[in-house]
Amino acid sequence: MICACALVLVSGVCPQAADYDYINIREPFSQKIPMAVPVFKTLSQGSTEKQVAKNAADMVEAALAYTGYFKMIDRDAFLQDPGGQGIVMDEIKFGNWTDIGAELLLTGGVRLESGVLQMEFRLFDPYRQEMILGKRYTGKVDGQRKMVLRFCGEMIKRLTGRQGLFDSRIAFVGTGDEGKAVYVCDFDGKNVTRITRPQSIVVSPAWGPDGRSIAYTAYTHGNQRIYISNLQDGSVREFASYEGINLTPAWHPGSSALAATLSFEGDEEIYLLTETGKIDKRLTESWGVDVSPAFSPDGKKMVFVSSRSGSPQIYVKDMRSGSVRRLTYEGSYNTQPDWSPAGGQVVYSGMKDGRTDIYVIDVDSGETERLTNQAGDNEAPSWSPDGSMIVFTSTRTGSSRIFVMTASGTDQRMLLDMPGKQQLPDWSPPKRQ
Amino acid sequence: MAKKLNMKFTLLCIVMLSLALTVSCAKKPPETTSTSDQAEAADTMATESEADTARADEDALTEEELEARRQAEAEARETAADARDRFVSEKVYFKFDDASLTDSARDALRDKVQWLRDHPDACVIIEGHCDERGTDEYNLALGSRRAESVKDFLTKAGIDGSRLTTISYGEERPAAKGHNEEAWAENRRAEFRFCSSE
Repeated sequence: MICACALVLVSGVCPQAADYDYINIREPFSQKIPMAVPVFKTLSQGSTEKQVAKNAADMVEAALAYTGYFKMIDRDAFLQDPGGQGIVMDEIKFGNWTDIGAELLLTGGVRLESGVLQMEFRLFDPYRQEMILGKRYTGKVDGQRKMVLRFCGEMIKRLTGRQGLFDSRIAFVGTGDEGKAVYVCDFDGKNVTRITRPQSIVVSPAWGPDGRSIAYTAYTHGNQRIYISNLQDGSVREFASYEGINLTPAWHPGSSALAATLSFEGDEEIYLLTETGKIDKRLTESWGVDVSPAFSPDGKKMVFVSSRSGSPQIYVKDMRSGSVRRLTYEGSYNTQPDWSPAGGQVVYSGMKDGRTDIYVIDVDSGETERLTNQAGDNEAPSWSPDGSMIVFTSTRTGSSRIFVMTASGTDQRMLLDMPGKQQLPDWSPPKRQ
Repeated sequence: MAKKLNMKFTLLCIVMLSLALTVSCAKKPPETTSTSDQAEAADTMATESEADTARADEDALTEEELEARRQAEAEARETAADARDRFVSEKVYFKFDDASLTDSARDALRDKVQWLRDHPDACVIIEGHCDERGTDEYNLALGSRRAESVKDFLTKAGIDGSRLTTISYGEERPAAKGHNEEAWAENRRAEFRFCSSE
């Protein structure tokens, strides 16, 4: 349990209007905001407090740097002792920060007394000499990461107007010695947990809209069937076991229905299934492969892959009118679409000259942008719940690994380093408000 | 001793047989036979003798056939297992991102149709596979499409669809490990196995 309270009383200045002008929402990654995070101040004199203070500052830096919005100024470049200085408005020498170009300053304090950890965070604009946000959290020592991420989330919301991604998780398929299994990790690759038993074939993990369950396809009893794993109690139920393949489940937002590809009629078509796995209706009507459905955030449209034109291309179906239009025309192999949380774009993997890369296409204009252009194949993109980032797999370092990048394609880096290969990441959906 | 007795018995038989023939000829009433009659008789004789020859030939042929059949059966006992093995080992190959059947795929499938007709109790699982290029889910669907293409061909050729099950492994189980066209071509395939082996 973490208690949080706003530190509005600490500072005399309390901006009421939300300031979103720090981060340009249209091009948030074109220019990173230089930011300073000094080591947190120890507020009592406990022996372990110093380490906790150092950890806190490092955790904040890592979490904020992860977003791609900020450029963390090296503490060696600070004009003052990076730790132990004043952390409240009146004690801060803003000139020391504007001189090194820090457009944001985050100060913090930790108090550790009889197992209770109290953390304070203050975000300042050194040029305006204002406090933008202040928060105090109280909880157990092992809740430190949670407190840090909670504040970072508040801060991103204040700067962008959008809920951050710090409480999101990523599901993926990991291959180990015993086989393939669905794993889940935090947004930053920490706390990797295996949630299914290892099997020979596991694909298409897909988060439920509540973020509490994951549907996936596994090969059992002679065919691929869809299962739903409940993360709360660890139970697994068989969801769809029609003859042939049961593939690529995708939850319909705002309802308990799932779309999935089934082949029991002798052709791979996408169907809408009720929450108990019964067929509600068939959604595609074309000979050949129809696979990988993903819904628009309002649930009114479905993007999917079809081979109806002779090669795999991405199509959009209007759920109400039933009309279908082709979205991708460039390249002869476009698959794995995922609709952006904001609704205007679809990210997908496209093959060109034998290499697969991640592309983003504007749903209305059809304007396409390539986001990866490195060696290796880049596949299976999935948007972060706030739409600011994309997780994908890349073979650029050898075996297939999970990478993240900003939605503009900047800051591409490996998310986690674990043995075997990792595939098919799916980022948890936005929390329902 | 025994040899001498045998000789005497044989001689006796020959003497008696020649006596009998002489007697029967002597008993026959003397008939005046025209030349044409003689010719007819000769013809009849000839025909009869031809029939005899034909019968003899027929017997000889039957024995040859029997011998061939005996050999064929022995070979068949050996090759039934081979044919079954060949049914499983001969794969059907596809072009990249394509589930349609090539001419050589159809030829291979015609052999399989024959085998399935000869073995009406056989139940078969058709596996669809892809090469490593392309993406996992699409390849699983494409593998399914390939297996379905094969099943479609077999059912159109009269094989009961209830004997045929399809399954896709996508790119999960490559037959060749390489990362070149040669390996990819080998991996874009449909494979066959018997239901009992599952």
